[in-house]
Amino acid sequence: MASIKLENVSVSFPVYSASTRSLKNRLIQSATGGQIRADTVSQRISVVQALQDINISLENGDRLGLIGHNGAGKTTLLRVLGGIYEPNSGRVTVEGSTVPLFDIALGMNQESTGYENIVLRGLFLGLPRKKIHAMMDEIAEFTELGDFLDLPIRTYSAGMQMRLAFAVSTSVVPDILLLDEGIGAGDAAFLHKARERLERFTERVSIIVLSSHSEDLVRSMCSKSLLMEHGQIVFAGPTDEALDHYRAMRGW
Amino acid sequence: MSTDTQHGESSLLIQLQHGLKREQFERALHDIRAGWNRRELWMTLGLHDVRQRYRRSKLGPFWITLSMAIMVLALGLLYGQIFGQDLHDYLPFLAAGFVIWGLIASLVNDGCQSFILAEGMIRQLNAPLSIYAYRGLWSILIAFAHNIWVFLGVALWFGVDLNWNLLWVPVALLVLLLNGLWMALFLGLVSARFRDVPLIVGSVVQVLFFITPVIWKPEMLPGRALWLDLNPFYHLVEIMRAPLLGQAPALANWLPVIAITVVGWAVALFFYSAYRWRVAYWV
Repeated sequence: MASIKLENVSVSFPVYSASTRSLKNRLIQSATGGQIRADTVSQRISVVQALQDINISLENGDRLGLIGHNGAGKTTLLRVLGGIYEPNSGRVTVEGSTVPLFDIALGMNQESTGYENIVLRGLFLGLPRKKIHAMMDEIAEFTELGDFLDLPIRTYSAGMQMRLAFAVSTSVVPDILLLDEGIGAGDAAFLHKARERLERFTERVSIIVLSSHSEDLVRSMCSKSLLMEHGQIVFAGPTDEALDHYRAMRGW
Repeated sequence: MSTDTQHGESSLLIQLQHGLKREQFERALHDIRAGWNRRELWMTLGLHDVRQRYRRSKLGPFWITLSMAIMVLALGLLYGQIFGQDLHDYLPFLAAGFVIWGLIASLVNDGCQSFILAEGMIRQLNAPLSIYAYRGLWSILIAFAHNIWVFLGVALWFGVDLNWNLLWVPVALLVLLLNGLWMALFLGLVSARFRDVPLIVGSVVQVLFFITPVIWKPEMLPGRALWLDLNPFYHLVEIMRAPLLGQAPALANWLPVIAITVVGWAVALFFYSAYRWRVAYWV
């Protein structure tokens, strides 16, 4: 059983310039007093309120789309759901194994062989080595890369690397899947086969949260959507209505 | 959406208040335990880090061994002459000291980088933060396993009395790594926020190399100087060097080391509980 519950979640982060990261400036700053300090400080540190009072409740079978402008807080929200960002205030309760799949090639090493990268990528997804070796043949076969798997992946084309990353990333089904702009699958010849696998994969996931700018993608995957702006939820409901609101917001 | 804050200077204090809760302490401990459980991942990453550096070179990681051997021989012959030392005695001392110093210096220096270098992964992977600290320790341990052969070679050549005291070496290594872990968690955290900490630490370590008896022997000091005993790095080096050279471990070295370990862990746990949750925002 997977579930997600966010109560009054707020996230803000200071944006550091090089000068605020410097210890020297911090020390000088605390030595100078009075009004000047207040001025220099407010000039140097600006706080971005990335999420404000977010309330979400998701259960088994939910497919949630996140839509909104760049910088509306979609990615930050995904990171909070994935446990990467801990909010400044509010409660996050997530039950079930969660896999944030923002970059399916995360952790792949250019100098290592295809096989080594399957293991590496699998370890990143939280699989024990034994299990990866058990799945190795199936993954290798799906990629259709054959003998190339014995070569370092820097010799691969972009499409071939994509195949490999895609095959491993879709080989383990988590309870909760967090996606940023969907999952790419590489070259066209591979696309059909990939789509089938992707469908089988996503069907078995309990909860999916997808952030995307592609209306088609959101519409095809998610029944419910959140429209976000300035770190707040401005509309929550059926995807079609959310998209309508989004279009109205952009003045179409 | 973007607002200037009037409380900018106290934002670290605000975060501290959030962090200083009992549950944050428990989460920090859980993070360190859960990180240990992901050892298949960080062992692989640490190994890849080492291999990456020497990929496609003929000798591979044995360059670590070779460059250490060249360093020890060159400095040993030079300083042996300068200090008028008997090489039978001096070269094993220098080899042991150098290998151990290499270990300790990289524990401190690489510890500062533990989170900074993992920036991309921290923001995309929901794994315990401590795996990046373990990963650094693991590649340092691999380098040490290559370096120790230089000492063994020198020791065999000069017929150093390798005796039962050698059993203390793994104990000392474990304690050094335990210290390395708190350093990676604490220094890694501070460095992620204040980016000149690694630079400050780097130059301090460089100075410490000269004031710690690595190339010179404690006996060479006219009268045992107080600041030798006040130098924590002297004790850290000595707990491992003494057994390597066949001497029994001295309580006078072990007590300070135990104190460093306890105090270091207390400080590291305090900061790790309080600020661990901010690291993903800082990197």
